[in-house]
Amino acid sequence: MKKTSPARPVLSVAGLSVRFRMRGGRHVAAVTDATFDLAAGECLALVGESGCGKSVLASALLGLLPANAETSGAAVLDGDTDLVTAGERVLARTVRGRRIGLVPQSPAAHLTPVRTVRAQLEETLRELTGVRGPAVGPAARAAAGRAAFPADHLDRYPHELSGGLAQRAATALALIGDAPLLLADEPTTGLDRELVERTVDELRRHTDRGRALLLITHDLAAAGRIADRVAVMYAGRIVELADAERFFGRPGPRHPYARGLLEALPEREFAPIPGMPPELADLPAGCAFAARCPRADERCGLQPSFENGVACHHLTGVEIHRAEEPADA
Amino acid sequence: MLELNRVTAGYDRRDPVVRDVSLAVAPGESVGLLGPSGCGKSTLARVAALLHRPDAGSVVLAGAPVKGWRYRAPQEQRTAVGVVFQQPRLSADPRLSLRELIAQPLRSTGRRHEVAVRVAELAREVGLTGELLDRRPHAVSDGQLQRACLARALVLRPGLLICDEMTAMLDASTTAALVSVVEAYRAESGAALLAVGHDRVLLERWCDRTVRWEELDGTREPAEAVGARG
Repeated sequence: MKKTSPARPVLSVAGLSVRFRMRGGRHVAAVTDATFDLAAGECLALVGESGCGKSVLASALLGLLPANAETSGAAVLDGDTDLVTAGERVLARTVRGRRIGLVPQSPAAHLTPVRTVRAQLEETLRELTGVRGPAVGPAARAAAGRAAFPADHLDRYPHELSGGLAQRAATALALIGDAPLLLADEPTTGLDRELVERTVDELRRHTDRGRALLLITHDLAAAGRIADRVAVMYAGRIVELADAERFFGRPGPRHPYARGLLEALPEREFAPIPGMPPELADLPAGCAFAARCPRADERCGLQPSFENGVACHHLTGVEIHRAEEPADA
Repeated sequence: MLELNRVTAGYDRRDPVVRDVSLAVAPGESVGLLGPSGCGKSTLARVAALLHRPDAGSVVLAGAPVKGWRYRAPQEQRTAVGVVFQQPRLSADPRLSLRELIAQPLRSTGRRHEVAVRVAELAREVGLTGELLDRRPHAVSDGQLQRACLARALVLRPGLLICDEMTAMLDASTTAALVSVVEAYRAESGAALLAVGHDRVLLERWCDRTVRWEELDGTREPAEAVGARG
């Protein structure tokens, strides 16, 4: 977390929490105290199992939460706009599509089913870039080309596209506004390995051209392929934030949950973490992972603070020390 | 346990998705079928699960030729195969609690007296606790629902289990957990497994042997990876 970004962060999230008010006065703590920075040209992968709060965090950044959500903390875009306090008017007119591009989870559902890809690209171009008249056609072809969407498929409807092409159409739409921040929410769900790699490699290329990318995924292989840093989320909290090379390679993850998640991969131990994550409506007072943790003891009854990139009571001096070694950018 | 002989199947007779494919799974054996999205492997899995009638070719299940598919399949053949699909939300009745979901095959085959014991046993094996069992699909996560769908597939103690991209939506830990449930059941029952998927690393780790779709489908060039269907 102490990583010093060369430039001012594109996105600076500090103490972001989201709670849903439920019937009977109950609360669901979907995101608690998320804090991270994201710089231009950098990809941060937010990983964790389904239901851990990753997508809620993405929705909070876009102001797309339902009415019963209570958001606190700050998420500052480019040093000037706090996405948490900005009103719907500001978000709709200046942020979504223009300053944050969303690459959605299921492109087939994100695209309008009754209109062709060309029509959707042209509409977005008119809306976001002000292109008019005869210039719209070439601009749409260029927009498609940026996401490697084939020009001879532009007149197809979403249901006529394969999963990979629908993903590229959605990516093309997300890139039109030249937003400095790209938010990709599970962009590879349901795609096979080859398409996963092609999709994330394309996202990485857009990052290398100077965008910041927040990649939300449960696919550790995809995250390992393109991320500069990894944030591991468990039960609504970021429990580890680490340099990707150190996380996937040596010395490896430091939080017991992150280690368990990585060891569950078929190319590693292929052993599940025992038990299941706690309900977000019924979180324990202390560490939410304690019930499944091989190292749990009485200290875990207290919520561990997030220090040196990890939230765990059990890190030895050596492990703390690792975090303090300079991480390469 | 399962023999697919020169099966041709699809949704348009003039343009079948599966052409002249043969594949056998021996009793107790686990076979991984690897292929890209849209290659037809799920259609073949549906043929093997007696859910899709092939246009040509034959299927032999536990030594007996299959004569009818879907509702035309005799009960003893239908219940000999357990199936788990990729998307638990699409394969679970939203009105049923997880407990009822797991019990459904027992009820439909007139074995309701086994429900209490068998559901409790399976719920423990797949890691679903008491309170979760009373929830309906909308109130549980994909991983929890897939655990229930796996329990449902095992409830009649099938001799053949077909897992079509069972873990494609799931995180690494839940994937490993579900695979270990399947393997524990197979070790105890001697059931055979056909696991269909696109994750080579996973299937090679999981199965006795893996077969690539291109090896089965000798009649044409390997199709380009098209289609979101798993």
